[in-house]
Amino acid sequence: MPAKISIQNVHYTYADGNEALRNISFDVQPNEVFVLFGPARSGKTTLLRLLNRLSDLTEGADFRGSITFNGVDIFGRAVDVYNLRRSISMVFAIPTPLPGSIRANLTYGPLMAGIRDKQVLEQRVEHSLQQAALWDEVKDRLDSSAMALSGGQKQRLCLARSLAMEPEVILLDNPTSGLDPLSTSVVEETLQELRERYTIIMVPHSVQQAARVADRAGFMLDGELVEVAQAERMFLHPQNKRTEDYITGRFG
Amino acid sequence: MSRQQTQRLAVILITAVAVLVFVPVILVISYVILSGIGTINWEFLTAMPRNGMTEGGIMPAIVGTLVLTMGTAIVSMPVSILAAIYLAEYAKDNKLTRTIRMAIVNLAGIPSIVYGLFGLGAFVLAAGFGTSILAGALTLGIMTMPVVISTAEEAITAVPQQFRTVSQSLGATKWQTIRHQVLPHALPGILTGMILGLSRAAGETAPILFTVAAFYVPTLPNSIFDQTMALPYHLYVISTQVPGMPLSIQYGTALVLLLITLTLTLLATGVRTSVRRRRDW
Repeated sequence: MPAKISIQNVHYTYADGNEALRNISFDVQPNEVFVLFGPARSGKTTLLRLLNRLSDLTEGADFRGSITFNGVDIFGRAVDVYNLRRSISMVFAIPTPLPGSIRANLTYGPLMAGIRDKQVLEQRVEHSLQQAALWDEVKDRLDSSAMALSGGQKQRLCLARSLAMEPEVILLDNPTSGLDPLSTSVVEETLQELRERYTIIMVPHSVQQAARVADRAGFMLDGELVEVAQAERMFLHPQNKRTEDYITGRFG
Repeated sequence: MSRQQTQRLAVILITAVAVLVFVPVILVISYVILSGIGTINWEFLTAMPRNGMTEGGIMPAIVGTLVLTMGTAIVSMPVSILAAIYLAEYAKDNKLTRTIRMAIVNLAGIPSIVYGLFGLGAFVLAAGFGTSILAGALTLGIMTMPVVISTAEEAITAVPQQFRTVSQSLGATKWQTIRHQVLPHALPGILTGMILGLSRAAGETAPILFTVAAFYVPTLPNSIFDQTMALPYHLYVISTQVPGMPLSIQYGTALVLLLITLTLTLLATGVRTSVRRRRDW
């Protein structure tokens, strides 16, 4: 099967000279949960932001290498970056609903894409909330403020907001960082359902979480991709000494 | 003196000085209100001046000031807001931006009489608008811009960065983001700056001196090319230029002007607090 996303020899240096990514190469297959784990400041978030070109918002950085999505160079001239961000959608570490109602959050992406049909919008709202396992909790108060939701609900709303754009790939940047264990397990269960329809690239909260949700995993350290492997092999029999040290808690 | 005593003394002193700030405000406002309130009645507000302005009302001056204030808003609002959006969202740190910022700082520092003379040269004479509401509104509008641009830029910058990132991550363009996420949340701040700028413009004398203000016109303006009376200039005129002017009319006029500017200021404060209370981030 052709790769959903293919990353080849990617280097990325911030304007201040910080070499965030060094020679990163790997493929992400359709409908897999690919987990990028490693200590803080190893380049995971930087890599995620590159995949849907949110990195465009950072000025003065130097990018080399190539990233393709469905075989197309995402930095190519013909690529509409706004469509790209709808196809490869990001959920941030801190739940950030936009000020406004739950419904307004969910219709924002489709509306900005030019979808005006009320029925389509309504259907996107319901469908995305159901997929994010939030529908039953909020269906009676879609017009109340999204800011009044609990932390776990907010994060599932942000997930639903991404899903409402009907993306192909979902980027999850440590989506359970601020959540209690119960909310975390709800989000993790939701991911298991979503893998059937979407390709998921996730930065996990911990090695344990990485092991729980991953189909395949990549270990990142100091801007380098140390090792990529099937989850089972990665977490039970890592090939690289540094991976093993990190997984077994010798550093990190 | 022990440290505790020094501490207590310092607090007392600082409090006293802070309270001192109130004193001139209270004195000015209450003095004008007490001296002018007796003059204010329906006739004073709605009648034309009579008998060399020593009798009758001040309606043309009130209407003139309101019209000028509106004109000022129409002139300065769009330009100021667009400039603020440019500076807050689009401007890169380069020579052009620094030049624009320097221009704004300098605009804010120009004495109002210089604006008046500039308005005379540029709008009344060169542009050929004559002494008119148009020339006056343009002059006041330019004078108001720096204040409005600065407060609007501040309000736009105060909208949390994460809303911009989230919006663009959802496929919105930069302009859609500004239009749908940034401006709605910055609007109250922009409005506050706008109203404060206008309340200052409403009270200014020097900029309208040569550009629009009439010593005495017995009619209301018909078009933007007409002259008009205006409260601050009228107050100046009746206090210094007209012999035998009753004090009551002077204080009455001062009170009306004060009420207009005070209302605008309170309105601005009101907008700000009510929105702060509603905001949930």
